[in-house]
Amino acid sequence: MRLKIEKRHENASTFSVLLMSILSVVVSLVILGFIILSLGKNPIEAYIQLVSWPLGTIAGLTQTLISMMPLLFTSLGLVIAFKMKLWNIGAEGQFYMGAFGATWGALFLFNHISNPWIMLPLLALLGAGIGAGWGALAGVMKAQLGVNEILSTLMLNYVAIYWVNYLVYGPWKGAGSYNFPITATFPKSAILPQYTANGINLGIFLAIATSFFVYYLLRWTRFGFEIDIAGDNPKAAEYAGVNVKKMVIIVMIVSGALSGLGGMMQMSGVLFRLQPNFSPGYGYTAIIIALLARLNPFVTVAVAFLFGGLIVGTQQIQLFLQIPFSLVNAFQGLLLFSFVAGEALLHYKLRWVRA
Amino acid sequence: MSDIVLKLSGIVKSFPGVLANDHVDFTLKRGEVHALLGENGAGKTTLMNITYGIYKPDEGEIYVNDKRVEITSPHRAMEYGIGMIQQHFSLVPSFSVAENIALGLKESKILPKIDLVRKKVKTLAERFGLDVNPDSRIWQLSAGEQQRVEILKLLYMSAQIMILDEPTAILTPQEAANLFKTIKEMVKYGASVIFISHKLKEVLEISDRITVMRHGKVIDTLQKEEANERILAKKMVGREVVLKISKKPPKPREIELEVKDLWARGDKGPYAVRGVSLDVKSGEILGIAGVAGNGQRELAESIYGLRKYTGEVKIGGEMMHSLGVVSRMKSGVAYIPQDRKGVALCGGLPLYYNLFLKKPFRIPEFYLNPYLFNSSRLKKPSEQLVDEYLISASSLNLEVKYLSGGTMQKVVLARELSLNPKLIIAVHPTRGLDVGATEFVYKTLLKARDNGAAILLIAGDLEEIFTLSDRVAVLYEGEIVGYSKPDESHLEEIGLMMAGVRRVKK
Ligand SMILES: Nc1ncnc2c1ncn2[C@@H]1O[C@H](COP(=O)(O)OP(=O)(O)OP(=O)(O)O)[C@@H](O)[C@H]1O
Ligand SMILES: [Mg+2]
Repeated sequence: MRLKIEKRHENASTFSVLLMSILSVVVSLVILGFIILSLGKNPIEAYIQLVSWPLGTIAGLTQTLISMMPLLFTSLGLVIAFKMKLWNIGAEGQFYMGAFGATWGALFLFNHISNPWIMLPLLALLGAGIGAGWGALAGVMKAQLGVNEILSTLMLNYVAIYWVNYLVYGPWKGAGSYNFPITATFPKSAILPQYTANGINLGIFLAIATSFFVYYLLRWTRFGFEIDIAGDNPKAAEYAGVNVKKMVIIVMIVSGALSGLGGMMQMSGVLFRLQPNFSPGYGYTAIIIALLARLNPFVTVAVAFLFGGLIVGTQQIQLFLQIPFSLVNAFQGLLLFSFVAGEALLHYKLRWVRA
Repeated sequence: MSDIVLKLSGIVKSFPGVLANDHVDFTLKRGEVHALLGENGAGKTTLMNITYGIYKPDEGEIYVNDKRVEITSPHRAMEYGIGMIQQHFSLVPSFSVAENIALGLKESKILPKIDLVRKKVKTLAERFGLDVNPDSRIWQLSAGEQQRVEILKLLYMSAQIMILDEPTAILTPQEAANLFKTIKEMVKYGASVIFISHKLKEVLEISDRITVMRHGKVIDTLQKEEANERILAKKMVGREVVLKISKKPPKPREIELEVKDLWARGDKGPYAVRGVSLDVKSGEILGIAGVAGNGQRELAESIYGLRKYTGEVKIGGEMMHSLGVVSRMKSGVAYIPQDRKGVALCGGLPLYYNLFLKKPFRIPEFYLNPYLFNSSRLKKPSEQLVDEYLISASSLNLEVKYLSGGTMQKVVLARELSLNPKLIIAVHPTRGLDVGATEFVYKTLLKARDNGAAILLIAGDLEEIFTLSDRVAVLYEGEIVGYSKPDESHLEEIGLMMAGVRRVKK
């Protein structure tokens, strides 16, 4: 007997797609359980902590919403790029550049502006703009020189991360930071409206509103129509009068702008000061979120929420069960693997054949 | 052993919304060529895909050499000696011919030595008159050559039952004649062939028996001797088909398309169009005859603005820039390219998207607000087109890649011809269409001409050129070597010009 892979010639139904998504989460949870077991902890207890705190308590729910916000901005940016089969994995870098832009504006460019209703839009523009530029860089390289966007966006992530590191370790190190690599705190006018003491801020609602915007963009505009066409068959797009090169650049700009906006919101809404490694890999997690949501902007909100919960829940079990935080990364890796495997199963079938 | 090598019995296959095969019975005898005929969407490809293990039938049985078999995959089909050349090829472009053939073998055992493959390919190629170099890369080959590679692949795996799905649709008449020689040779060595085609003449020439399908059912199986074109056409369509189109004398008016000294490079680098000048008036059809690969595609693409050129292209008196599809669309140019699936359709998008791929925003009379546009607004006008152009699809939401080969062609035709174009560039407009649809396209093109459209018709099929054109230009190695009248009596003259033997200086 031998295992053989064969292509399926019929389309997967919505049901099997849904089943596959749920299954890949379950499979990764089970494997995670074994890892926890191997650390000598009780996996059942860990599961309970993982779910009950972030979803079952007000404080946990608040934290979940807060960590959903950066995830949502970045994954919505990716949804647009992925729709066109542009594999932008640079959301992390674009997010960093957005945060850099916001900090630059808040602390240096506009620090004399005291009206938040002038300051905040300026910061949003700056963050989104620099994120967009970061995306555009990869877009232009792809359109003009044919550079693979997977490579260029990945490389640009490192550039962005080290650029921020350089700033906070060097010229931007804050006065009151006791020599820690951290900038000064944002002025009041650069801080997003906060609705509760524990951090529910305007950014969360703007992130959700952005999903409507992305839905509108993809479903109700010529831009979305042309993304569909160019994503499916670039040659046919050229034939239909779509300038595919231009679309590549524009899509990377929009995608980068949303991630950059996420970086700005994270600074002005949650962190208020720039420091190294302020993102636990939101931009990478966003890849999984966008794919699991099958590029539907509303499903993305739900999936980003669950992943926010996952991050918060893992912090919780880390605290209570002394389990390392790197488990989050392990779990996300597992998810990605089982998702990709599931995706393959939707298009191919495995069969035993006589040798 | 009986002489029936393959028997399909009571095959049923349904897709959402269509019954593609409805209790089909079919037999193939040893050493025969059995043609499968039917309208676009009749279910021919589906039936063969079932035989080749790509689809699983809902009901029915398959017997190979009188033994009941389950064919669950192409690999399994090969084990039973069944091979198929599909409507769209499946070769790896960057690999050599020999490597592609070796790749086909990987399923069976260990990869054979490439040198051995090359040797065997050479002998097979000689024996069956399949002229290809085992070391060329696939992307360097013409469609006809690629097909020969596919056939070699089957021969290499010693397939006894060969299924050829519309093999001649992409061939020049010369290549088709060669294919027939190969088929006869294969039959001599004991193979049996199932041959799908829409060209009745060919079917009558090559096959021993002919089975006609309509709407998923087998209508009849005839001996070649009992059949003629009229009978077959009638059985296929269910009504009399006018195979000869009568056309009114042309009333040419002002010049719509004017091309002056056009030079354009082919994909491989050297010039493929070398100083072409021509003009087409409103109300006339200029046919371009020529053996495929003499610059036809490049000429069409340049005029449509998809390929860089030097020289002048004027449409409706207006000078066009090289590269610029949108300006062409605005001037009312319709383009039916040669490779519909690769260039003119988005396979993964629904039918109604594809019917309006370029209409919604580019064409003034169909303007939709680009910021308040929902694709569902295309559904109603799509329904109209589907009715008018007899596109057989179970639903407007069906992804175009699931349509039958001929139906895909119709989608492109419907989109392009429904725009009331001023200039139509049509490359092989009836390739892959059934007789009914061909008749329909001829009528539509002639109607467009009579309503004042200028038509540039590029086709390999001289009969088609004669049927439609008012003037004929012959393209050879990227140059127009002469003009002729569209008339059988000029056949030899045109043939000589196509072969580059004769030039008529203007
Ligand atoms: N995978 C699929 N999913 C849905 N419908 C399908 C699929 N494959 C084929 N069909 C439908 O089945 C019908 C028969 O298609 P088929 O390809 O067998 O036609 P055909 O006789 O080969 O036509 P042509 O001459 O145009 O190639 C068509 O209506 C087609 O749309
Ligand atoms: Mg077919």
